[in-house]
Amino acid sequence: MSRIAAKFAALKAEGRGALVTYLQGFDPDRETSLALLRGLPEAGADLLEVGVPFTDPMADGPSIQRAAQRALKVGATLPGVLELVRAFRAGDDTTPVILMGYYNPILAYGVDRFCTDAAAAGVDGLIVVDVPPEEAGEIEPQAKAAGLDLIRLVAPTTDDARLPRVLAATSGFVYYVSITGITGTRSATAASLEEAVPRIRKHTDLPVAIGFGIRTPQQAGEAARLADGAVVGTALVDTLAASLDEEGKARPETVGLVLEQVRALAGAVRGR
Amino acid sequence: MNKPLPNSYRQGPDSQGRFGQFGGRFVAETLMPLILEVEQAYEAAKRDPSFDAEWRRLLTHYVGRPSPLWFAERLTSHLGGAKVYFKRDELNHTGAHKINAVLGQILLAKRMGKTRIIAETGAGQHGVATATVCALFDLPCTVFMGATDVERQQPNVFRMKLLGAEVMPVTSGAATLKDAMNEALRYWVANVEDTYYCIGTVAGPHPYPVMVRDFQSVIGEEAKQQMMTAEGRLPDALVAAIGGGSNAMGLFYPFLDDAAVQMYGVEAAGHGVETEQHAASLTKGRPGVLHGNRTYLLQDADGQITEAHSISAGLDYPGVGPEHSWLHELGRVQYVSATDDEALAAFQLCSKLEGIIPALEPAHALAHVIRMAPTLPKDAIVLMNLCGRGDKDIFTVAKHLGVEM
Repeated sequence: MSRIAAKFAALKAEGRGALVTYLQGFDPDRETSLALLRGLPEAGADLLEVGVPFTDPMADGPSIQRAAQRALKVGATLPGVLELVRAFRAGDDTTPVILMGYYNPILAYGVDRFCTDAAAAGVDGLIVVDVPPEEAGEIEPQAKAAGLDLIRLVAPTTDDARLPRVLAATSGFVYYVSITGITGTRSATAASLEEAVPRIRKHTDLPVAIGFGIRTPQQAGEAARLADGAVVGTALVDTLAASLDEEGKARPETVGLVLEQVRALAGAVRGR
Repeated sequence: MNKPLPNSYRQGPDSQGRFGQFGGRFVAETLMPLILEVEQAYEAAKRDPSFDAEWRRLLTHYVGRPSPLWFAERLTSHLGGAKVYFKRDELNHTGAHKINAVLGQILLAKRMGKTRIIAETGAGQHGVATATVCALFDLPCTVFMGATDVERQQPNVFRMKLLGAEVMPVTSGAATLKDAMNEALRYWVANVEDTYYCIGTVAGPHPYPVMVRDFQSVIGEEAKQQMMTAEGRLPDALVAAIGGGSNAMGLFYPFLDDAAVQMYGVEAAGHGVETEQHAASLTKGRPGVLHGNRTYLLQDADGQITEAHSISAGLDYPGVGPEHSWLHELGRVQYVSATDDEALAAFQLCSKLEGIIPALEPAHALAHVIRMAPTLPKDAIVLMNLCGRGDKDIFTVAKHLGVEM
């Protein structure tokens, strides 16, 4: 069983949803990024999404755009992010790691070699934002062969006619983008989520995680109860960004502030 | 050549929006249903004679088509070689070829029931064309424009505002055309219900590259007929500037299967293709995925997109339409480049010899004509797309020539 499947199965047995965190790899530097990754499981993150920095993050709002700029400035690359995961994996063999990013850096790396190297580094799944099911042939066979889950986004615009096609191309879990919009800009209403999640469940047995626009412990708690997981990204990236010095460098308290926020989110997801 | 050549260069794209390996639909799931809706709507519109009739009525009576074919006699005798003709798309209403495809797309948006229009713009020509047509059809219009371009294309910014459009300066990245397109896509994702994204070039996710090409092909179709009337034969060579490549695709496409017609796409070499300061994606880039399509891109070894540079805001883009990438690899079109300085020289020469102030974009094409025409016999014919007028560029040019205005 993959780490992702094992984690969702264990949480199901516990009777709660997952807290999925998103931070950009190398934001604001490699050491801080690694310290954050290492601290996240203990702070209560169940699955980790690691953003791969890209110059042109089409689906991301200003916070994550700036995170990518910070990471690129300190020399982040896709090989560097794989190395980061390898370093994390050396001390944690159970927490699932999902790389989230855009296709061009993967293309530049070489799709075959990337999938092999990512799996070897301890990556469990991929979210490639700009490869929809229509272009699945680009990376699906290679990901499958390497044992990587290909997690797809389902959006409010994904209608019932299209949903089965998207879900058929998905493994690991389904990432429900709760708003029509980019990351970190607005939040979905509880009512719209209550309608959306059963609509997806009708078509799949995979776990469903809700993301985009979840900022507060209360929102995370609601989403994790309604679905199988809540993804929090921009809110953490904002905390990280606010903790940096004038030059955009980490301060001693940076890691602690982010992890403190994760603890609050985890508490809500656990119903505390 | 080992590669089998297609029977026709005019059959692309396939049902997946691919020209060979190029093109496709690389967008986030939120946009995907809308992209498919645009494709269906466009296919239906193509089959509807009333759609074509309305578009052509507007081209005739609003844009002023057909644009003339002009024998540039003084330039020809100055260069001392091939006869040089200009396809005068700078005489269109709004001063560039962009309006051909904008009219088609806005008619499509209306058929789709969309009530808001967004567009990206570099030089401002596409933004002005979109703002113009939105004024005509009483549609609210938002134009995304890099803050750097807002600065260097002030006249067009003011035009857009006069026409009632909202201009959104984009400050991310180098604040030029690429960043404007990112921001337009982000806005579209958040406003899919009522908004149509009117893309200015033959790039973006399928069906945009084919749709914009089809609309712009009116340039080449007219030119072909006009050349037969003027000379009784087809030209020996076509020359057009390439940013995203819409004016070039529009001129080239109707001639692609005429084997005797050579074609030259002229990219912006900025300070020189040997420097880091250029916009020559085909000459110096390699295939990748950006803005919804696979195409040649300026990028580093890690797949990060690098900034383009050109004196011409309209060519300042690190990618190119996917059909150009395909024609480049097949060798059907030769892609060359011209520097900022060569374009500036051509800009001045054209003004003095022909009494036509060209935009800096076609000035790049003209720079190649200036190199090429003298090497050809006097009975050879070169046809260049003079796709925009230079009024918008006089401030930029004055600055580069050290003239205070």
